[in-house]
Amino acid sequence: MAADDVHAVTSLRARPDAAMPAGPDDAGQFGRPARRREDLHHLLGRGRFTDDIVASGEDALHLTILRSPHAHARIRRIDVARAKAMPGVIEVLTGADLTQNVGPLRANWIWPRMPLPEHRALSEKVARYVGEGVALVVATDRYIAADALEAIDIDYEVLAAVTDPYRAAQAGASVVHPELDGASIRGNVLQHVPVRAGNYAAARRKADVIVTQRLRNQNLVPGAMEPRSVHASYDMTTDVVTIHLSSQAPHIMKRMLAQVLNVDEHRLRVIAPDVGGGFGAKLHLYPEDVLVTAMAFRLKRAVKWTSTRTEDFLSTNHGRDHVQEVEICATRDGTITGLKATIWGNLGAYVSGMGPGIPAVNCGMILTGVYRIPNLHVDTNLMLTNTSRVDTYRGAGRPEATYLIETMVDRVARRLGLDPVEVRRRNFIPPSAFPYTIASHAFCYDSGDYPKNLDKALEIVGYASQRAKQERLRKRGRYLGIGLATYTEFTGIGNGNLLAMFGFDYGGWEYGRVLVHPTGTVEIHTGSADQGQGHATSYVQIVCDVLEIPAGQCSVVEGDTGRVEFGLGTFNSRSMAVGGAALHEAARRLLAKAKRMAAHALGVTADDIVYAKGIFSVRREMSPFAQGSRVLRRGTRDLVGKVYRHLLGVQPVQVGAGRDKISWEEVARLAHFLTTYPNGLEPGLDERVFHRPKDFVFPFGTYAAVVEVDVETGDVDVRRLVAVDDCGRIINPLLARGQVHGGAAQGLGQALLEQSLYTDDGRPRAANWMGYAFPRALHMPYIEAEHTVTPTDRNALGVKGIGESGSICTPPAIVNAVLDALSPLGVTHLDMPLLPEQVLSAISTARRERSRSVDAIGSGAVAT
Amino acid sequence: MSEHAITVVVNGVRHQGRVPSRKLLVHYLRDDLRLTSVHVGCDSTQCGACTVHVDGHAVKSCTVLAVQADGSTLGTVEGVATDGVLHPLQQAFQDCHALQCGFCTPGMIMSSLDLLERYPDPSDAQVRAWLKGNFCRCTGYQHIIEAIRSVGHGSGSVPNEHAGTREGSAQARVCHGC
Repeated sequence: MAADDVHAVTSLRARPDAAMPAGPDDAGQFGRPARRREDLHHLLGRGRFTDDIVASGEDALHLTILRSPHAHARIRRIDVARAKAMPGVIEVLTGADLTQNVGPLRANWIWPRMPLPEHRALSEKVARYVGEGVALVVATDRYIAADALEAIDIDYEVLAAVTDPYRAAQAGASVVHPELDGASIRGNVLQHVPVRAGNYAAARRKADVIVTQRLRNQNLVPGAMEPRSVHASYDMTTDVVTIHLSSQAPHIMKRMLAQVLNVDEHRLRVIAPDVGGGFGAKLHLYPEDVLVTAMAFRLKRAVKWTSTRTEDFLSTNHGRDHVQEVEICATRDGTITGLKATIWGNLGAYVSGMGPGIPAVNCGMILTGVYRIPNLHVDTNLMLTNTSRVDTYRGAGRPEATYLIETMVDRVARRLGLDPVEVRRRNFIPPSAFPYTIASHAFCYDSGDYPKNLDKALEIVGYASQRAKQERLRKRGRYLGIGLATYTEFTGIGNGNLLAMFGFDYGGWEYGRVLVHPTGTVEIHTGSADQGQGHATSYVQIVCDVLEIPAGQCSVVEGDTGRVEFGLGTFNSRSMAVGGAALHEAARRLLAKAKRMAAHALGVTADDIVYAKGIFSVRREMSPFAQGSRVLRRGTRDLVGKVYRHLLGVQPVQVGAGRDKISWEEVARLAHFLTTYPNGLEPGLDERVFHRPKDFVFPFGTYAAVVEVDVETGDVDVRRLVAVDDCGRIINPLLARGQVHGGAAQGLGQALLEQSLYTDDGRPRAANWMGYAFPRALHMPYIEAEHTVTPTDRNALGVKGIGESGSICTPPAIVNAVLDALSPLGVTHLDMPLLPEQVLSAISTARRERSRSVDAIGSGAVAT
Repeated sequence: MSEHAITVVVNGVRHQGRVPSRKLLVHYLRDDLRLTSVHVGCDSTQCGACTVHVDGHAVKSCTVLAVQADGSTLGTVEGVATDGVLHPLQQAFQDCHALQCGFCTPGMIMSSLDLLERYPDPSDAQVRAWLKGNFCRCTGYQHIIEAIRSVGHGSGSVPNEHAGTREGSAQARVCHGC
C-alpha cells in the first residue's frame, strides 16, 4: 500500500519549513508571533506518533501486560500454560522469567543515603499498586494479546494497603516495602528532608497572629492525550534495536535502557517521534519501555505496546499528592515573619525518575515564593504508598509550594482585616534586592519586579471596580470573589554540580548543534525536543535571528538519538533557557567562522566583514592599512593563480577575488570546498555546543480570578481569569500565550474538577475519563494572558520559561477567589477540587457554627 | 471469530475487506487502511481523538464496530485538504495556534466541520458546548474556539460573551494571531 511509504522508519522529527512561505520577511526573528512549522503535518493527518509507526517492514507484535487488580498482594501462584497455548501467542513471561536478563529500574534523583526500593519491570512476588505488571503476553494481534491475558491463571493473597501519604506515616499503617523497614528506613518514610532558616521559634513568640491550616494538594492524572506507547524493532544487519518511544527525554531513556538491559548503548537508538503531550509524565523510564525493548532483543522482531486510557490512569505517573500542615506567623501590619510546614509527599510504590526531588526540593525548598520570609522550619517526608508512582507533573512541586504560600498569605490578610494586595506588597522581595538568595539557601533568584507585575494584573482585572461590584452584589445576596496569586518558580534547570550533590544525575546542560549544508541550508539539532510546545519554530527563530536567513532555509532535527548525538530532554521549562541558549551560542560561533571564510575569500580580515541578511560585505570604511593589506593579498593571490595556471594548467578556487560581497550560499559552498583555509580553520560550518547554565532562572507572575459562587448549588463560575506572566524576553508571543492557556486549563482542572481518589483497599476510584473530570471547553473561562518583561542575565537570550506558570498559579488564584466570595458566610477553608457538594457542605457547616456561636453569645456562655 | 465482508468509501476511495466481527472501526481505519490520523485517546467515547465522519456526521470511531460502517461513506482528516490546499478551518487552526501536540487535532477538525455544517456562524457558547466530546490537554481550548469562529460565515452578529473583559466581542471572534 502506498500509504506505507510515510511509515518508513527514519527520524520523523526533521521539520522542514513547509508550512511557512519563504522570503526574507519571514526570517524567524526573535519576538515575532511566527506560525508553527509543526502544524501542517498534523492538520493534514500526517502526524506520526509512536503507535503509528511501522518499522523494519513488518507489523509489530503486540505486547500486553497482566496488571494487578490489588493495591497490595502477594502472588501465590501464576500459571501461563493456557495463555501460551493459544494460537497467535508468541510469548508469555512472568517476573521470574526476567530477573536474569532485566535489571531493576533506576531513578535519576536519589537523595544522598536514600535507599531505593527495588523496582522490577514485572513484579515477581508482591504487587504494590493496582496496575503493577505481573506478566506479559506477546501476540500477533492486539485482540489475541488481550484474550491471552484472560487465560493467565493467577492467585493473590491480598494484603493491607495504604494510599494516602499522611496516613502512610502514621503508626500502624501497612508497610509498602517491609524489606527496607527497620533496616534503612522507618515505616513508609523513605526520607526526611529538613530545612531550617533563622529562628522560627522566636518569630512565633513575637508574632501578632499565627495562622495554621492543613492543606491537601490532591493526586492528579497528567493525562496527555496520546497514551504512552513504545515500539521496538530489531535490525539484524546492525544488531541495533530502534525504540520509538513517546518520551520527553529520549537520550536519557537510551542511557537507562542500556543500564537496565545491560547492553551497549550503541546497540540502542531511541526515537521520540511526534509526542502527544507529556506534561512531565513522559519524562521517566517505565516498565513497559524496558519490556518492549527486551522482547525485541529476545524475539528479534518488532514489538509494540500502546497503553489503553485505563492503563494510562493505572500505570503512568501521577502528580502532586501532598498533605501539608502549615503555620504562618505575621505581625499586625501584615509582615510575614515565619513559616513552618510539614509535608508528606507521595512517591507511590516505587521511586520514579525525579520523584524524591519534587516534594523535597521543588516544593520544600521554595515555599517562601515571592516573599522575604526570614524564619523557616520545614520538614518534608518522602512517602511510599500503594499507588502508582508520583513524579513530575507540569510545575512539579512549585504548584504545591505556591498553593501553600499563596492561600496562607490570603489567610493572614483575612485574619488581620487587610487587603490581600497590600499583604503581598508588604512582603514582596523588592526589585532592588536581586539577585536574591532565599531563606532556604537553595536558590538565588536572578531578577524580578513583582510590584510592577502585580499592578498590571490589578489594572487588567480592574481590582478596585471588582471590589465595588462585590460590595454591591453582596447586598443582593450574590457572592462574587476576587482571588490573587503571585508566584515564582525555577526553570532552565542548571548548575549541574550543585544538583549532583543532591543526587540528581542528569547534569544541567543541553546540547545544540547548527550545521550548514554546502548548498547553504541550515540544520538545527537539539537534545531538547518537542511534545507540542513548538520548539522547532522557536529554535528557528533563535537561530535565524543570529544568522539572518529566512526560516524556510532551516530545518530542525530533534527527538532522535541516532541523529542528535546528545541531549537531556524537555522538562522544567528549560528548553528555551538552556536548549535555546545552546543553539544561540552555536549559531554565533558558526556565523563567526562563516565571516572568517568570507573574509578569506574576499581578501580581508574578519574584522572588515559586515554581515546582514545573507550577504557578507567588505566594510566600506576600512583603515588605510587594511585596504593596503587587501590590495597586497589580492596581488599575491593573482600572482599565485597565474603561476599555477602557467606551470600546472590548473585553476585555484578564487570565488571572491576582486569582489566586495559574497552570499551566504557561496560561503557555505566555500566552507566545504576551498583550496586553502584561513589560519587554523577546519573545513565545514558545523558548531556543537553543550550549554551549561550558570544557574536557574526564575520567571514569576500574578494571576487574578473573579468568581461567582452560587450558594444554593455550590457552583463556582469563573468569570475572569487574568494571567500576567514574566518569563523574561519572549521569543514567540503566540506560542507563549498557548503555553499559558494550556497551563491555566490544567490549573483550573486542579482547582475545580480533577482528583484521583482511592478506595480504602487502595483501588483507584477512576481509571478513565468517565470517572475523572477532565477540563472541557465548557469549563474554561476566557483567559486574558498578558506579560511584563524582566530579562535575566543568566543566559544570552534573556529568557526564562513559560510552560508551567498556568498550572502553578491558577489553582491558588481560583481557590482564593472562592474563599473571598464565601468569607461573609464564614467559610475559611476548602480543599481542591472545589466540587459543588464540597462548597455547599462548607457553607452549611459555616452557617451552623456561626448560628451556634451567635446562640452561645446570646445566652452569655462565652466570655468576650 | 466470525468475519464479515464490508465495503466502505473512505475519503472518496472505495475499500472492500473482511473484518472480524469484533474489530472496531478505529482499528480498521488505522491498521487495515493505515489512516493513522484517527487516534485512540481513551477507548471509551470521551475524548473524541478518533472522530471521523460517517455519512457526513461526526462519529467517534472507537465505539463503532467496523461491520457497522459497512456501506457507509467515511471521512478522515487525510481527505479534508484538496489538491494540497488547506481547508479554511485547517488554515485557521494554524493561524490561531489552535494545536500544540496535534494528537486531538484530527478529531477536533472533523468534529468542528460537522459543527460548521450545522451552524455556519456558531457563538462562543455553541462551540464550547459542541466540543464537550473533544478533549484537548494542551491549548485550554481558547485558540481552538477562535479558529473555529474565525471561519464562521456571519460577522458581528455574535453575542458578546466577553463583555466586561479586555477582549470584547469585536476581538473575541478574531484570532489573536491573525
